Amino acid sequence: MSRLGKIARRTFLIGSAAVAGGVVFGVYAARTPHPNPLAETLADGEASFNPWIKIDGEKITLITPHSDVGQGVRHMQAMLIAEEMDLDPGQFTTDFGAPDPAYWNRAFSEEGAPFMSRDESRGAETARTVVGYAVKMFGIQATGGSTAVADSFDKLREAGAVARETLKLAASQRTGVPVAELTTASAAVRLPDGSEIAYTELAADAATLDPVTDVTLREPADWRLIGKPQQRLDIVGKSTGTATYGIDLKMDGMVHASVRFNPRQGGPLNGYDASAAEAMRGVQRILPVTNGVAVIADNTWRTFQALDAIDYDWGPAPYPPEQDAHWEVLANSFTDNRLDSEWRHEGDVPAALAGAETIAAEYRAPYVAHAPLEPLNALILVTENRVDIWAGHQIPRTVEDMVAGITGHDVKNVHFHNQYAGGSFGHRLEFENIRYAAEIGAQMVGTPVKLTFRREEDFAHDFPRQIAMARGAGVVTGGKIGTCDLSICSPSPIASQMPRANFPAPPGPDMQIVAGAWNMPYKIDNLRVRAYRAPELAPVSSWRSVGASHAGFFAESFVDELIHAAGQDPLEARLAMCDYDIARNVLEAVAEMSNWGTDPGENRGRGVAFVSSFGTPTAEVVEVTAGEDGIRIDKVFVAADVGTVVDPVNFENHVQGAVVWGLGHAMNCEITYSDGMAEQSNYDLHPAMRLYQCPEIAVRALENQSKIRGIGEPPVPPAASALANAIFAATGQRLREMPFNKFVDFV
Amino acid sequence: MQLTVNGTTHEVDVEDDMPLLWVLRDELGITGVKYGCGIAQCGACTVIVDGYAERSCQIAAADVDGPVTTIEGLGTPQTLHAVQEAWIEHQVAQCGYCQSGQIMNAAAFLAETPDPADDEIDDAMSGNLCRCGTYPRIRAAVKSAATKLKRA
Repeated sequence: MSRLGKIARRTFLIGSAAVAGGVVFGVYAARTPHPNPLAETLADGEASFNPWIKIDGEKITLITPHSDVGQGVRHMQAMLIAEEMDLDPGQFTTDFGAPDPAYWNRAFSEEGAPFMSRDESRGAETARTVVGYAVKMFGIQATGGSTAVADSFDKLREAGAVARETLKLAASQRTGVPVAELTTASAAVRLPDGSEIAYTELAADAATLDPVTDVTLREPADWRLIGKPQQRLDIVGKSTGTATYGIDLKMDGMVHASVRFNPRQGGPLNGYDASAAEAMRGVQRILPVTNGVAVIADNTWRTFQALDAIDYDWGPAPYPPEQDAHWEVLANSFTDNRLDSEWRHEGDVPAALAGAETIAAEYRAPYVAHAPLEPLNALILVTENRVDIWAGHQIPRTVEDMVAGITGHDVKNVHFHNQYAGGSFGHRLEFENIRYAAEIGAQMVGTPVKLTFRREEDFAHDFPRQIAMARGAGVVTGGKIGTCDLSICSPSPIASQMPRANFPAPPGPDMQIVAGAWNMPYKIDNLRVRAYRAPELAPVSSWRSVGASHAGFFAESFVDELIHAAGQDPLEARLAMCDYDIARNVLEAVAEMSNWGTDPGENRGRGVAFVSSFGTPTAEVVEVTAGEDGIRIDKVFVAADVGTVVDPVNFENHVQGAVVWGLGHAMNCEITYSDGMAEQSNYDLHPAMRLYQCPEIAVRALENQSKIRGIGEPPVPPAASALANAIFAATGQRLREMPFNKFVDFV
Repeated sequence: MQLTVNGTTHEVDVEDDMPLLWVLRDELGITGVKYGCGIAQCGACTVIVDGYAERSCQIAAADVDGPVTTIEGLGTPQTLHAVQEAWIEHQVAQCGYCQSGQIMNAAAFLAETPDPADDEIDDAMSGNLCRCGTYPRIRAAVKSAATKLKRA
C-alpha cells in the first residue's frame, strides 16, 4: 500500500480534527500567533515582549505555563528563558500564569500523527504540521505525554532571546551605543566601557518598542545553564515544608469540604440519610452533588467524620460489577469487528503461521491506580460576578470551561490559578475535584471553600490505567525469530478520557492500545501488530506512559520468549534484529553498563527490554537474585536517548523514579472490581514500591536524536518486561501477568 | 487542651480523638505536615513527638504527651537542619509532597542511629512512601546527613 493510502487508512483523532480546522480557519490563521495575554495586564512602564516574560522597574517575572506535577518543569521552563536572556537564578520570579491559548502545546503534534516517532519523512512531518495547526487553533494548553521539554525548548529560548535583544535595543537608544557593541549578563545590558544598565531600569523604555524578533539562539557550546547540573528553584521549599500545594491554601473565612459520591464510578445516588451527620460538631452544611453528598465543616477531619455518618443508597455501576467479567470481555474482543488498527504488517504472517510449529502465549495487564500522594483538592470562591479556583491541574483552560458550565458564569469571569501538585502520573488530567468544587462553590456563594478528597475517595474515583490482554504467536526458524504476531486488546483509554475533558470522542484507531509495541525497531521476516478495541468497561485514564505501560510489557516479553525459543542471547538477538541506529545505541549502552554477557552468578539472572514511547528510545537491564525468600531486584541499568538533556540531575532523578514506578506497580499493584467498586482503597492494598525493594539504578543519557524528547514516561514501559525477563533468566519461570507478586515473592 | 508545637504552646479546643494531623493543619495552620493516606501507610504526616517519629494521622489530640516538632520547626530555608541540607544537595524532591515526612523520619532515625548501616536505613525509611520514586536519592541523602551530623 502506498504511503498516502496508509495515511488515509490511519484516520486519527487529532489528525481528522486538524483537517477540519485547516479548512475552516485557513492556513494564514493557523500560522498567525495568538495575542500576548500579558499585554492587557501591563501597568505603565511595564514591558512584555511575548507571553512568557514581564518586566517592570522592580522585577522580572517569567511565566511558566506548563503544570508542575513534580517533574520540575517550572524550573526547566524558567532556565530555558534565563539561558538566552542572561538571567541568573534569584534574579526573577516565576508564575504559572493565567490559562490562555497562547500557551498551546506545540509538541502534541509529535505523537498526534499516526507515524512512528523515528519517521521524519516528508509525509510524517507534514501530518505533524497539520496536527500542530489544530492544537494551536484550539489553543490546547496541556501538560502531558512527556511533551513539556519538547514544547518549550525552542519556544522559550526564543522568548528569552527576543527579550534580550529588545532590552539591548532600548539600551542602545538610551546611550547611543550601537546594539552590536552591547552585551548582556546577569539581568543587565553591559556597555563597552564596562558599565551596566539593569533590565529593570530599561523596562519602561523597552515597553515602547516593538519586540526584536529577528534573533539568533546561542550555540550549545555557549550554554551556561542547559546541560549543567542545576539546583531546582523549588528544592528548598520542598525540603523545608515551605512549598505550598493546592491542599495547603488558606483564605480568610474559608470553610472545609469533602465529598462522597457513588464508588461505583458513574453510578447514581438513589437517596441518603444525613440526619446523624447534621448534628455533628463543626458541620455547617450538607449539600447534594452529582451522584453524592458534600459536607461543609470547619475542619477537614470533621467533614470526613460526617460523611462516614451518612447512610447512602448507591445505585448500580454502569459496567460489569465483577472483575472476572472485565477479563471475559477482553478475551472475547479479539474479533474482526473489534480490529482497531493494523499499523504493522511486514511479510505474510498468516501464511507463515499456517501449518508451522508455533509458540503461543497470552498476557495480562491489570487496572492500576495513579494515586499521587497529594489527594485531589481545590479551593474555590464563587461570587456573583466572578469565580476563582485554585488547584494543580494539567489542562487549565478546560478547568475554566468546566467551572463556567457548572456555575453559569461567563468563562471570561472564571479564573484558574494553577498550583504545584503533589504528583499526578495522569490523575490531574481528570476533573472530579474541579467539578465537585464548582458544584459546592455554586451553593456557597461568597464563601471560600477548600475541597479535600479523603484518600479512599481518591482511590475510588482514580480512573485507573486500562486493563489489557495480548495474544502472541510466533515461529522460530533457522535459530532466530521468523514470525512474530502480536494482538493486543484493551478498552481505549483515549475514548474513555477525552469526553470527561470536554474534548470530542475521537474518531479512528487509538494508538495507545499498541503504543510501544507497533513501533518495535526490529526487522523480522513476518511481523504483525494488531490492536483490538474492547468495549468500554470501568472508566480509565492516562496512567504514566499510557498504552506503552501494557503494550511495551507484552511486546518485549513475547519477543523475549521467542528469542529464548530460538536459543539466542536476548540482547545480542535484539541487536541483530534492530534496524534503527538510535535504538541500537541505547541497547549497546545498557549492554556495556551491565556487563552483559558475563556470568551473573548463581541463582541470578539478567533481563533486557527496549521500548520507544513518546519518541524516546529506552533500554533497561534488570538484575535479580532468586533467593530462598523470593526475588530480590539488585540493579537496574537504563539508557535513553532524548536528543538533548536540559538538566542531568533532574534527568537522572526522573529516570530512577520512572523505573521505580514501572517496577513497583508491575510487582505489587492492581485495581480489581467487586460489586462495582474498586477493592483497593488505600496504599496498604496498592503499595507500589517501598524503599527496601528499590534497587540501585544506574542511568545513562544519550544525545544522538535530532529532536529533543521527554523523559517523564519513557523509562516506565521497559521496566516490567526487563524484570519479568530477568526472573525467567534466573528461575525459568515466565511471568505473563502483572502484578507479579501473584506468582512469585519479592524480598 | 494545650499543645506545644515548634516551641510555641497553643490552646486548642478540639475533640479528644481528632488526629494531631488535623489539629496541626486546620486548627493551627501548620501545613508542612501533609495528609496522604490517613492510615499510617504513607508517612507524609510524620512529625517528631518527644524525640520520636510519629504518624500524626494516628495520634489522637488527647494522647499527645510531649512537645511536637514539624518540618517547620526542624529547620528553615535560612537555618537548615543537616538532613534538609543533605536533601537539597542530593536534589531529592520531585513533587516533594512526601518529603516533609521523609525528612522528619530521617531526622528522628539519625538522632537514634548516628552511624546507620545500609539495611538499617532501608528498614527505617520503608514506612515512608514516595510515589515519585526518589528512593535512590533518599538513601544517599540519609548517608550524607549522617556524616554532616557527626561532624557537627
